[in-house]
Amino acid sequence: MSGDVGLPISHRQRLWLYALGGLVLLFLIAPSVIIVIMSFSDSTLLQFPPRQWSLRWYQSYFQSLEWRDATVVSVKVAVMTVLVATPLGTAAAYAINRGTLRFNGTINALLTASLIIPVILIGIGTFFLYARIGLNNTLTGLVIAHTVQALPLVVLTVLSGLRSYDMNQERVARSLGAGRIGAFWQVTMPQIRFSIVSGALFAFITSFDEVVVSLFISGGETTTLTRRMFNALRDQIDPTIAAISTCLIVLSVLLLSVAQIFGRRH
Amino acid sequence: MNAPSALLDEAAGAGRDLNARSLRADARREQLRLLALLSPSLFLVFAIIIVPIGWLFWLSLFDEAGAFSASNYARFFEQASYIKTFITTFKVAFIVTGACVLLGYPLAYMLSQLPRRAASICLIFVILPFWTSVLVRTYAWLVILQRKGLINSWLIDLGVISQPLPLANNLSGVVIGMTHILLPFLVLPLYASMKTIDTDCLRAGMNLGAGPVATFRQIFFPLSLPGLASGVVIVFVLCLGFFVTPALMGGGKVIMWAMRMEQTTSLYSNWGAGAALGVVLLLVTLALLGLFQWLLGARAIGVWSSR
Repeated sequence: MSGDVGLPISHRQRLWLYALGGLVLLFLIAPSVIIVIMSFSDSTLLQFPPRQWSLRWYQSYFQSLEWRDATVVSVKVAVMTVLVATPLGTAAAYAINRGTLRFNGTINALLTASLIIPVILIGIGTFFLYARIGLNNTLTGLVIAHTVQALPLVVLTVLSGLRSYDMNQERVARSLGAGRIGAFWQVTMPQIRFSIVSGALFAFITSFDEVVVSLFISGGETTTLTRRMFNALRDQIDPTIAAISTCLIVLSVLLLSVAQIFGRRH
Repeated sequence: MNAPSALLDEAAGAGRDLNARSLRADARREQLRLLALLSPSLFLVFAIIIVPIGWLFWLSLFDEAGAFSASNYARFFEQASYIKTFITTFKVAFIVTGACVLLGYPLAYMLSQLPRRAASICLIFVILPFWTSVLVRTYAWLVILQRKGLINSWLIDLGVISQPLPLANNLSGVVIGMTHILLPFLVLPLYASMKTIDTDCLRAGMNLGAGPVATFRQIFFPLSLPGLASGVVIVFVLCLGFFVTPALMGGGKVIMWAMRMEQTTSLYSNWGAGAALGVVLLLVTLALLGLFQWLLGARAIGVWSSR
């Protein structure tokens, strides 16, 4: 019997399926694993498994001023994006959740537009707009562009939290004399805070990993890490990028685990 | 008795009117408050997405001399290089989507049949790459596939080949890299929809004497089609506008739609032509999504939230 599905098909009859599925899972995960292992190699050649181990590529990452500056820019932009996108997205989700607005469908479509519109078009359009108003190569410009990219994720995450929350509780608080903001802050917020935190984490990863728009609108002193990586990959394959990639993978794992832990407690 | 009751009625009616009026005013104020909550987000989306795209659309209607014309669009049918770009783009999109279905369907099916715990562990292997930077994954495939990369050096060491195989910097590199990046976009919605298939239907089929293969073909597979369709549409649409992987793994030989846009605007500063490419790409994307939504109802947008 196959577990909780309970069809009269034995695991043995399914071996081929498990083998096939396992191979696909391997295909999905192997590249990341290979990069993590290679980043500890001592050689400039691409050898797997590496014959000698060292941390030289991490050293070369942390000691390079260019890479460090780019990392600082990316972290700054991602943090600011979280700080802007999370409250804006939460407010928007709150309003959409009420469902009383006349153009709710249109508003929803607008807010999630950046998920559907090809990123390359957003990149070129933003560059074109920023060229007119002088926001290219600025932190502000990057934060605004990344906020627009992160908003749909925050809205959708918080919205799913609000859907499982009974808005009557807030009404009770208000009928007992709490103000609008007080009721939200003391009654609603604590119950949807896990969704808000998940939304914020998604916003962080979205901004930190964003490539295409940054390619167009960042440069000079505001070159993001992904832009620098993209340009480096165009020229040659520097093993330093394996070290950077490993850091990015670890970051994703950390943020996802935090989101997961929060989700479970929720 | 008559007069006072009429008076009472009148008073009650006036009260109702008053109530109704203040309720209406209250509702209006509430609407305004909700709009105020939405306005910063809507403003940003409007300013950063709608305005520039509208502007680009306007630009695409003028030729390089500044005269109003359709020459930016006529080019697509006349110049061989544009036609080649479209053919390449659709070719890659079809191959990648096909590969995603071939790899993703068995995986999603396996996940849906596994016990909950095992499935959630396996799902980590799908979600983790999903949230890993596209650049990191493209870099990994470059390391694995390039001339002096892992696969070639293994095969040469083993004596299987004497000359390195051309795996990266060509179509195959682009297809492998994009399949890896887009596979979770197919597996996650497909898995979610497979989980909603009622196992009682399958059990009933088997009770009535259908073997496992017949049960799968006649019951499970048809029921999984809507989920498969949403995954296919998402992957296909994302392929059409994909930039990073073709740019890094195409070796300059595989020019896809998005790369063409970047080259036309950045390299040749031909905004009209680049904008026209963007407009058509957007229209094709929206048309595919619209067609899909029309065929399958409100699923299309909901699926995006699975990310």
